[in-house]
Amino acid sequence: MIPACALAALPRGEAFRLDTVEPPIAVFHTDDGELYAVDDTCTHQDASLADGWLEGCEVECPLHASRFDLRTGHADGPPAKLPVRTHGVVVEDGTVYVVPSDLPPNLPPGARARTV
Amino acid sequence: MRSVAIVGASLAGLYTARALRDQGFDGTLTIIGSERHRPYDRPPLSKEFLAGRITEADLALETEDEDLGAEWRLGVRASGLDRHDRRVLLADGTSIAADGVVVATGATARSLPGDSPSLRGVHTLRSLDDALALRADLVTGRRLVVIGAGFIGAEVASTARDLGLGVTIVETAPAPLARALGGEMGTALGALHEDRGVRLICGVAVQALTGDDRVDGVLLADGRRLDADVVLVGIGARPETGWLEGSGVDLGDGVLCDSGGGTSVPGVVAVGDCASWFDPGLGHHHRVEHWTGAVQRPTVAAATLLSGGTAPAPPQAPPYLWSDQYGMRIQFAGHTRPGDSVTVEEGDVAARSFLAVYRREDRPVAVLGVDQVRQFTRWRRRLGTVSTG
Repeated sequence: MIPACALAALPRGEAFRLDTVEPPIAVFHTDDGELYAVDDTCTHQDASLADGWLEGCEVECPLHASRFDLRTGHADGPPAKLPVRTHGVVVEDGTVYVVPSDLPPNLPPGARARTV
Repeated sequence: MRSVAIVGASLAGLYTARALRDQGFDGTLTIIGSERHRPYDRPPLSKEFLAGRITEADLALETEDEDLGAEWRLGVRASGLDRHDRRVLLADGTSIAADGVVVATGATARSLPGDSPSLRGVHTLRSLDDALALRADLVTGRRLVVIGAGFIGAEVASTARDLGLGVTIVETAPAPLARALGGEMGTALGALHEDRGVRLICGVAVQALTGDDRVDGVLLADGRRLDADVVLVGIGARPETGWLEGSGVDLGDGVLCDSGGGTSVPGVVAVGDCASWFDPGLGHHHRVEHWTGAVQRPTVAAATLLSGGTAPAPPQAPPYLWSDQYGMRIQFAGHTRPGDSVTVEEGDVAARSFLAVYRREDRPVAVLGVDQVRQFTRWRRRLGTVSTG
């Protein structure tokens, strides 16, 4: 379990980028008060989903507008071809924690090449 | 409508094929492409692909399990359109009859006027094959001269600099991208090059390229001569519409379309870089050469084609583009023109991270961001909800 941020520092409608882990993770607080965590990097090209547009349970990539369902990670359609990896979120004593997935991430080709 | 021929197998053509199938078209679909490649994504050609960080397979636009039920005719150019027989004529002498025709032939890179095409080392960049040829020439230590400081030129300069070439950019206008972004912001983006040791020469035209077999220099109109091992000509693109001359399809700066993509010929629509749609917000035709336009407009054009032109055209989102240079992300959305005011609302131009808003009579009409993705996303949304004419 990785501490991300104070719940009070993440108002509804906002996102937090946890970049102390590799690859970085984005934590979203939806307008309905739900918390979700997914890999921060779009599966299509290198863009931060925490910078995207949060609407309901979906985030739209700020670069090319593929939308990812924060509950499942599924992309609504092209240009993204692969789902984004989802993580668990726990809140304890006012702190938001991420429970990282043990599945492999779906990073975009450019980012993949950079990390190897 | 029982058959549709899509002329153009790139982004706009592929997205129109998808939109037609999504909207219930189950007839014969033929996709004609002048290049031998399956549809691929062009923006990385000046960036990650040129740098060698991603492969040809990474450029593929189709998903692995995608089946559009289309017949592909790749590596053959369209040479004409017979509107009476509703038939697309191909350069190999064959033709394809179709009830509906989608024009998605894109654009062709402009070359220098009077350019000697035989000089080796002189490139334009539009296609995958262009990118492979340019990449082979971008050898560490060589001197590259980029003619034209537009987005393609700037991205190639950035990539080449990373690869260890000496780079000079020559631009005729007083600042890079002055027509698209205005002089002030154009100058701000020009500084990104100079930060990285790329020489930027503005306000001077190119007179000629020199060299016998291979290019060895660029002669400027003020008499200066730049040594060059490689030259990239990045002076824009012209719509690929020559094949429609005399077909009855009205042409201007591209294929003239109504606000739903319909052309002057019933049953023929146009999308992508070759298409100049009427924009009711602007009050005139407007050719959009950006990736996002080629992705968004096919849905509308497909509805226009399948409905026989009766489907209402939804309002158009403001044009959007992005560019990656020297590790920085540049984004622009909206329409600007001379006389708009520009104010920096976030960050600082000197810090190379800023967001600038263009206004006309106090109304925001466009936004430019450099490494300000989150704020840019919000402003772009805001522009989309107001008229940007």
